[in-house]
Amino acid sequence: MIAFATLLERLTLTPGRLAKLALLEHFFATEPDPDRGWALAALTGELSFTAAKPALIRGLAEQRTDATLFRWSYDFVGDLAETVSLIWPATPAAAAPPTLAEIVQTLRTQPKSALPAILTAWLDASSPDVRYALLKLITGGLRVGASARLAKTALAALATRLGTPISPDDVEEVWHGLTPPYEPLFNWLLSSGPRPDPAGAPVFRPPMLAHPIEPADLAGLDPAAYAAEWKWDGIRVQLVGSPGGNRVFSRGADDISASFPDIIAAMNFHGVLDGELVISRDGVIAPFADLQQRLNRKSPGARMQADFPAFVRLYDILFDGTEDVRGETFSRRRARLEAFVAATNPARMDLSPLVVFDSIDALAALRDGARAAGIEGLMLKRLDSPYLAGRPRGHWWKWKRDPLIVDAVLMYAQRGHGKRSSFYSDYTFGLWRDDGELVPIGKAYSGYTDEELARLDRWIRNNTVGRFGPVREVARGLVLEVAFDAAQRSSRHKSGVALRFPRIARLRWDKPAAEADRLEALTKFLP
Amino acid sequence: MPHPETWLTIRPEGLHCVPGDFFIDPIRPVPRAVITHAHSDHARPGHGAVLATPETIALMRTRMGHDLGGTTTQSLAPGETLTINDTNVRLVPAGHVLGSAQIVLDHAGSRAVISGDYKRAPDPTCAPFEPVPCDVFVTEATFGLPVFTHPPAAAEIAKLLDSVKLFPDRTHVVGAYSLGKAQRVIALLRQAGWHDPIYLHGAHMPLCATYEALGVALGDLRHATVAAGRTLSGQIVLAPPSALADRWARRFADPVTALASGWMRVRQRARAGGIELPLIISDHADWPELLQTIADVGAPEIWVTHGNEEALIHAAGLRRIRARALRLVGYDDAGEEPVIESQGAAA
Repeated sequence: MIAFATLLERLTLTPGRLAKLALLEHFFATEPDPDRGWALAALTGELSFTAAKPALIRGLAEQRTDATLFRWSYDFVGDLAETVSLIWPATPAAAAPPTLAEIVQTLRTQPKSALPAILTAWLDASSPDVRYALLKLITGGLRVGASARLAKTALAALATRLGTPISPDDVEEVWHGLTPPYEPLFNWLLSSGPRPDPAGAPVFRPPMLAHPIEPADLAGLDPAAYAAEWKWDGIRVQLVGSPGGNRVFSRGADDISASFPDIIAAMNFHGVLDGELVISRDGVIAPFADLQQRLNRKSPGARMQADFPAFVRLYDILFDGTEDVRGETFSRRRARLEAFVAATNPARMDLSPLVVFDSIDALAALRDGARAAGIEGLMLKRLDSPYLAGRPRGHWWKWKRDPLIVDAVLMYAQRGHGKRSSFYSDYTFGLWRDDGELVPIGKAYSGYTDEELARLDRWIRNNTVGRFGPVREVARGLVLEVAFDAAQRSSRHKSGVALRFPRIARLRWDKPAAEADRLEALTKFLP
Repeated sequence: MPHPETWLTIRPEGLHCVPGDFFIDPIRPVPRAVITHAHSDHARPGHGAVLATPETIALMRTRMGHDLGGTTTQSLAPGETLTINDTNVRLVPAGHVLGSAQIVLDHAGSRAVISGDYKRAPDPTCAPFEPVPCDVFVTEATFGLPVFTHPPAAAEIAKLLDSVKLFPDRTHVVGAYSLGKAQRVIALLRQAGWHDPIYLHGAHMPLCATYEALGVALGDLRHATVAAGRTLSGQIVLAPPSALADRWARRFADPVTALASGWMRVRQRARAGGIELPLIISDHADWPELLQTIADVGAPEIWVTHGNEEALIHAAGLRRIRARALRLVGYDDAGEEPVIESQGAAA
């Protein structure tokens, strides 16, 4: 548990991806089984407890400390688990802290009534860092500064370094057939066991991704060699129907089945399909904000499912029954998909229609004309492309609509992380309201060059009017041309509007702040 | 015998010893000052005459220039007694930084001890705190909340060295206050077996030289110039905390940003400051040390100068010790900046 607590702390404070990978790889290489496996489960969200409620933890701490001092400390620290972890009096002759395996085993077998005494003994035996990780883990509040994908990438890197070349995608393909603490997985990675066989279990297959198309790519494109489809504005999902059960996976291999019981129930097939998850009412795809309502729910009620009906627009097939068809061409897979859907006719799903075109110019005209909220642009797929994991070049292209643009005023700047930690690189910007107030509409931290960043940083340091920790408020004097994919209503923002994928398009050093856009300029983009 | 509150009073300039007619760590220029230690919030310029330990005077000269702006100095070695009018003055090690001293005042049969800033944890760069029994103990309370328990400094240094081993291609830049913290971190690194050169921000160099001249060996120290910056993979650099977020830090390609401070105990402080590697190393007493010290000196009454006074006063009350806040303005938690953004912290 000590090494796990240390890993968690460093992951949350380390901004760089490579540094996080190094921390994870080092941990998996040095921590013994089964604890590294339980840690992997915690990191990938496969291990969650809600055994202890905050009131219980607070009660235990108040038995050990003065109530007034506890209250002042809590006010100062601001987080219950952290306050308890720090204020808990040290016990000189304590036992060794619990291992992760011991924690898991105990919470699974002991009655709830035994928890206060067990927890007290664990807290006595632990250092503040271990207490913190323990309390976060058992209250279900563990914050991991790394994605599940990153943990799997670290596992693959470790295996490769030790002489078994394994890719992160190889790990994904067996992952959902495994259960913690994953000893067969570690045996395989460390060359002391066979590849775990997922057999009939519903496992995730790494998806095929597209490259954004550049004008140069477009010029050389043979229209006869490609199929086109609309790019739907939902989230990419993989539907896996198997004798071992049905699953909905996100593009990043997260199992989101629990959030979409309506889709799971509609999966009346065995096979693996690729598609876009959207909200659809009477055949009309709703804006992305509606889908977000569902994505935020771990277990949606009947009302939620009725108001925000989930739907999958299908565009590819990876497995037809148990037959792996990923090696076949797009044309053949498309024919298979059409036959598959015709034969099974699942509810809450349809085929993503092919867009007919005879020239790139005709396609460009179609793209420019598409303003429906559910469409982000076009996809171009080579007719002879096999289904390949990752983002292979030259097979699939995404051709997004031109971004929307607004001229906003810089309001706040925050220092970045890692290489950018001495630069003010994160910007909050706003638009003018009728009453003359500037209201924030979004934040962006990309889209500028290194030279522009240096100049922005200088301007911010010279025009600071207020400081709030790492944030500076600046004089209203710099206009940023902000590009974004869509605007949506938001009750969380003072402006009532939120942007999708905002980034800095240009710095308008020339434009007076008073001439930046008004909020109405944005509301006309709302669906 | 007269209670110390009859002869030790609060004036706008600071704590005033009435019979001796001198101030202790005054925040404004006064004719006569007794200084506990050389940090800028305790040792300010412009006094007529200063009494302090020889080390404190040497460090003040490094910080403020050799003639201290015309101030007359008198040094008093630990253990010696100086009588000023009918007050006996003694300086006793406080364990905070090199030269730091508690000021022990005896007058008409009663004794007050003004501790300045202090800590009880061992420090290879200065003499340890010695508890002196007294009638009134004047204490700081920088870390006056029970959430502050500093771990052993050696374990924090081990954390730093583990990180250097794990990231051999990156430079570890450690924020450490120029006077005291920086030299302690260097000495701890040497104790832990780190014998490579340690690279320093320019602000650290003169004070390290003074420490060496006063007999504290720090090993091979070099200037972390712009030119050197690019070549320091796998090396350790020390800088004032305010420099970490400053343009100065851009000379390092992909640094691991660390900060040595007691505030690093609280995660949010590390997160808000953009600190990748928090090192909980403090030159101030933590909560158990504050309580231990109050017990050790056995004073029936304590006065709290700065920090989290209420909590310490509350805890003293639970132990049936009289306690009051002095509400002295002008002292900060030197060397423990909670936000690395703070300006002018690098003395």
